[in-house]
Amino acid sequence: MTVRIYVPRDAAALALGAEKVAKAIAQEIAARGLDAEIVRNGSRGMFWLEPLVEVELDGKRIGYGPVKAGDVAVLFDAGMMNGGEHRLCLGEVEDLPFLKEQTRLTFARCGITDPLSLADYEAHGGLAGLRRAVSMTSADIVKEVTDSGLRGRGGAGFPTGIKWKTVLDAAGDRKYIVCNADEGDSGTFADRMIMEGDPFVLIEGMAIAGLATGATKGFIYTRSEYPHAIAAMSRAIDIARSAGILGTSVLGSGKAFDMEVRTGAGAYVCGEETALLNSLEGKRGIVRAKPPLPAHKGLFDCPTVINNVISLASVPVIMDKGAAYYRDFGLGRSRGTIPIQIAGNVKHGGLFETAFGISLGDLVDDIAGGTASGRPVKAVQVGGPLGAYFPRSLFDTPFDYEAFAAKDGLIGHAGVVVFDESADMLKQARFAMEFCAVESCGKCTPCRIGSTRGVEVIDKIRGNQNRPQQVMLLRDLCDTMVHGSLCAMGGMTPFPVLSALDHFPQDFGIEAPDRKAA
Amino acid sequence: MTIHIAEGDIAARTRAIVADLRFLEGPLLPILHEVQQEFGYVPQEAMPVIAEELNLSRAEVHGVVTFYHDYRDHPAGRHVLKLCRAEACQSMGGDGLAERVKMLLGIDFHQTTLDGGVTLEPVYCLGLCACAPAAMLDGEVYGRIDDQMAAELVAEARR
Repeated sequence: MTVRIYVPRDAAALALGAEKVAKAIAQEIAARGLDAEIVRNGSRGMFWLEPLVEVELDGKRIGYGPVKAGDVAVLFDAGMMNGGEHRLCLGEVEDLPFLKEQTRLTFARCGITDPLSLADYEAHGGLAGLRRAVSMTSADIVKEVTDSGLRGRGGAGFPTGIKWKTVLDAAGDRKYIVCNADEGDSGTFADRMIMEGDPFVLIEGMAIAGLATGATKGFIYTRSEYPHAIAAMSRAIDIARSAGILGTSVLGSGKAFDMEVRTGAGAYVCGEETALLNSLEGKRGIVRAKPPLPAHKGLFDCPTVINNVISLASVPVIMDKGAAYYRDFGLGRSRGTIPIQIAGNVKHGGLFETAFGISLGDLVDDIAGGTASGRPVKAVQVGGPLGAYFPRSLFDTPFDYEAFAAKDGLIGHAGVVVFDESADMLKQARFAMEFCAVESCGKCTPCRIGSTRGVEVIDKIRGNQNRPQQVMLLRDLCDTMVHGSLCAMGGMTPFPVLSALDHFPQDFGIEAPDRKAA
Repeated sequence: MTIHIAEGDIAARTRAIVADLRFLEGPLLPILHEVQQEFGYVPQEAMPVIAEELNLSRAEVHGVVTFYHDYRDHPAGRHVLKLCRAEACQSMGGDGLAERVKMLLGIDFHQTTLDGGVTLEPVYCLGLCACAPAAMLDGEVYGRIDDQMAAELVAEARR
């Protein structure tokens, strides 16, 4: 029987040499005359083990990693085809603690299947959600999603079902589903992994959203920095269209839904939903004032659902297994699972999908195994460039939208970037302001001007020019930006700045935190 | 080597690109991507053509082109090396890596080596944050870049 050998095609695996490894394996198979085939899967999300080669034996998958091209011949000599022992052998992949401790609902297939095999997708539970949705009324689909408690995984945490209901109830000849795949936050790669590792789940989720709201056209707006995701997604859409999943009659339902991929042009602010809509329309990525909400007047002034990749990719499992199944995971008002991305200076970086409620400390110290450098953790930034820096004293914070907000932080898109003690928090605060100055769309003054003034003020703090007054000025400036900015770009840039100042005052050359002004 | 493109040629080729893509909803960004793909940058001469074809003002097209970081107003070097400058890469020594690469190439960000070989650009996140620091050379991605790999990447870009 033909042995299947899996070598990921995920961009992170490629960045670590997966292509060379796949070529070397193909050469060995040919040279040794073996009965084996290579499957290019997505990544399991354990990046310290990439490239992770898996060999399927009696339905079990034995892992080897991290494999370099130079290791391949030796691995075949060691009997990799039969799960042979070698220093790189990890045993059965499913038994690795990092995977075993996860609850994979949204990422159930990622790293397991061939991302572009529809047969593989269906064999692993794919399309069951869409099949069920086809037999339901729009209102019932919306109710199911509402009951699941799913909230926007892009960062804002707005209930997905309510957004869908608004679009369903809005009058319009034409409605749109827009998938926000403009994943620009540092420390995040969940959207990329899904698009490269299980693109059909996003197509299925968007098709369900179309049926639920009466939208007939979908757009995935993603980043030019993600060429592999664009290629995989575009290919998957073509395959889905040929198979009748997309087109004039979704799975023979008589209802139309089709979609296409659009590529941004390097503007971070286009991750903000109204800027994204402008960009899709072919305009500058300038933020729009709300109201009107995109649900009423979105893309080309039509009612538009705009959801993050992970929100949409979580819908198929909800439709398949039911709202209650999904809602039973999590805590408080944060229901279901969240794919946390552990990045930066960590020993075990990767994607960890789990029910809401895990504490930041458990995640960083236990799951991620501490820093890659081996030095103590100094700070953890959760939620991208607009997220707060948390010190060790806040490690008891559970992953929950409200719990993070209560500590002046945010989950955002659930990226966690770990810094060791060598980090200079004044430098990080300055970077936050500098980044905002580079990426501001320019529409509102607090963001456009405030960010530049912020860089200047922080430079004066570093240079010890009237430091106490400058610190007060920085807090005042942050207050203006938080309350005066049109969108999260200017409104949340102060989060990393103030958290750095509050939790690491010594890096700013000041004694104790002065929280009064903030 | 200097590629000399006649003005009329740019207009004709731009018109052909617009004709292919104008049926799209919101066609301007896809057209600009294609124009940049065709010429290596968005030539000044292309903008009035696009404006005329899409019934936009020249100012509107100019505004869009200059808003987005991706669009160039002059050609890049033969190879483009992008270094990730965002937080996750910073936490793994990305700043030091940037200094090293700048020194090896003898240029700063947004500059091209004198021989026209390599353009160095910052990028804010390649989504390779769990294998930082990361870079992209002509669309190929690289992660966990150490000093030796940085030197190899620069040598590769120099070829």
